[in-house]
Amino acid sequence: MAEKTALDVPFMEVNSELCKGCQLCLAACPKSVIAISEKLNSSSYHPAFYTGAECTGCGLCFYACPEPGAIRVYKP
Amino acid sequence: MKTYEKSAGFFPVFERKSGPAKDATHYCPGCGHGNVHKMIAEALNDLGLIDRSVFVSPVGCSVFGYYYFNCGNFQAAHGRAPAVATAVKRTNPQAIVISYQGDGDLAAIGTAETIHTANRGENICVFFVNNAIYGMTGGQMAPTTMIGQRSTTTPHGRIEALHGNPIRMAEMLATLPAPTYIERVAIGDSKHIMKARKAIRKALTIQAEGRGYSFVEIVSACPTGWKMDPVHSRDWLIEEMLKVFPLGVFKDESENRDENSWLRRCDAYDPAKVDEYLDRLKSTLGDAAPVALTNDLHCKFAGFGGQGILTLGLLLSQIGMRAGQHVSWFPAYGPEMRGGTANCSVNVCGGRIGTPLVDTPNLLVVMNQPSLDAFADQVIDGGTIIIDSTIVEGRLDSTRLRQVLIPATAIADEVGTAKVANVVVLGALVAATDCFPREFCEDTLRAAIKKRSLVDMNIDAFGRGYEFVKNAR
Repeated sequence: MAEKTALDVPFMEVNSELCKGCQLCLAACPKSVIAISEKLNSSSYHPAFYTGAECTGCGLCFYACPEPGAIRVYKP
Repeated sequence: MKTYEKSAGFFPVFERKSGPAKDATHYCPGCGHGNVHKMIAEALNDLGLIDRSVFVSPVGCSVFGYYYFNCGNFQAAHGRAPAVATAVKRTNPQAIVISYQGDGDLAAIGTAETIHTANRGENICVFFVNNAIYGMTGGQMAPTTMIGQRSTTTPHGRIEALHGNPIRMAEMLATLPAPTYIERVAIGDSKHIMKARKAIRKALTIQAEGRGYSFVEIVSACPTGWKMDPVHSRDWLIEEMLKVFPLGVFKDESENRDENSWLRRCDAYDPAKVDEYLDRLKSTLGDAAPVALTNDLHCKFAGFGGQGILTLGLLLSQIGMRAGQHVSWFPAYGPEMRGGTANCSVNVCGGRIGTPLVDTPNLLVVMNQPSLDAFADQVIDGGTIIIDSTIVEGRLDSTRLRQVLIPATAIADEVGTAKVANVVVLGALVAATDCFPREFCEDTLRAAIKKRSLVDMNIDAFGRGYEFVKNAR
């Protein structure tokens, strides 16, 4: 069996510049794999970020997020 | 494989914003509008409708819809989005038309448009974002504000006895026979959101298949207006708002409607038929080669109601139209059929007319004294005033205007009836301005006057008015 590549693993990612820090994605995530950064972005919001593991690619955070370009979810 | 990402239904860059986050919306953190926008853009793109879609933005926070949706866009006056959407749809039946509105816009300021558009069963989608408040203007009470809910205009909470009850639009509209599909959904938890997404796609599909009017009410949060953080506002929405605004399908006739149900309505508004009617109107005046116009006329005609002031304006417009010129006729009158005052603005121009209103006429006709007093000052320098001297005793001592006096009513009495005084004035007007040849005007009158028995009398009246002015020179 071939080795797992990055494309075989689901993930979500946050465009930290577009995120307004509303935390609705955190509330929507069934796996609690999203957190809020302590850093501020250029618009003075604390953006969300993916903690790096266990995302299932369900997409619920994408639909919970009001910002069109802030969240991208990849599901193999 | 699936990727959830910004839909191609959105513009790649949102030009509205300045500052660092150029691609972000102007909405507050946690605002429900963004969620609804995403679902609409995604649906339009997925269903292959985006290239023929027209998004009508309302007044309210979502006024800037046209910065976001990568399709045709209109921005309507407050509350009028469904009326604009009706016009867009009827003139472009292939377009997918969305009327996107908030609760202040849809349920207060545009209640009439909302109800009548639904009642006509226009084949459009109305997406109604209900956050129980006037969000953009700072959180005033809206028709949907709940009993006890605080707003800037109900600081102690909405009171039934003072402010009435919140209006449930979905339930109200569901009582009408014409709408096809009415559902209330919410931007609450993920389950609610996925249901809302489904409802939006269903509404757009119904429109695309020509099956009629859809209304999707989306209960949504306004964290800023509610003075809550975004996550808490969604909880509050679920706990409090859904008690007053229960979710569900209130009407679904989509299975019983087909493409023809709407097309049958649409047939009556075939733009080609309107053109055909206008052509017929033109042809009743008889074909004529274009006749040159010496000078553009910007006229105000004013007098008592019943003197034929408006008809005078129409007759001149018809002469101009038959001559192949651009014309406009714009009446203004009180509720009285007789005895009140009436006036109309008429433009006859060689080029396109920007506005039908004439605020600074170069030609004024007055058939009573109040009209002389009201409008004489508005005439531009070097302009002409034609006065029915039988009725108007006042005279101008101004040298900046040319004054043409004609006892039109007395001449009309000689012809047989005071009713043709307006046509006497028309003759005087043509003689005074030399706008069009006399014979051409008389030919047009013969075609324009519907009652054949009255044609001779009117031609007589026109001729006398014309001669009077020519002989007075």
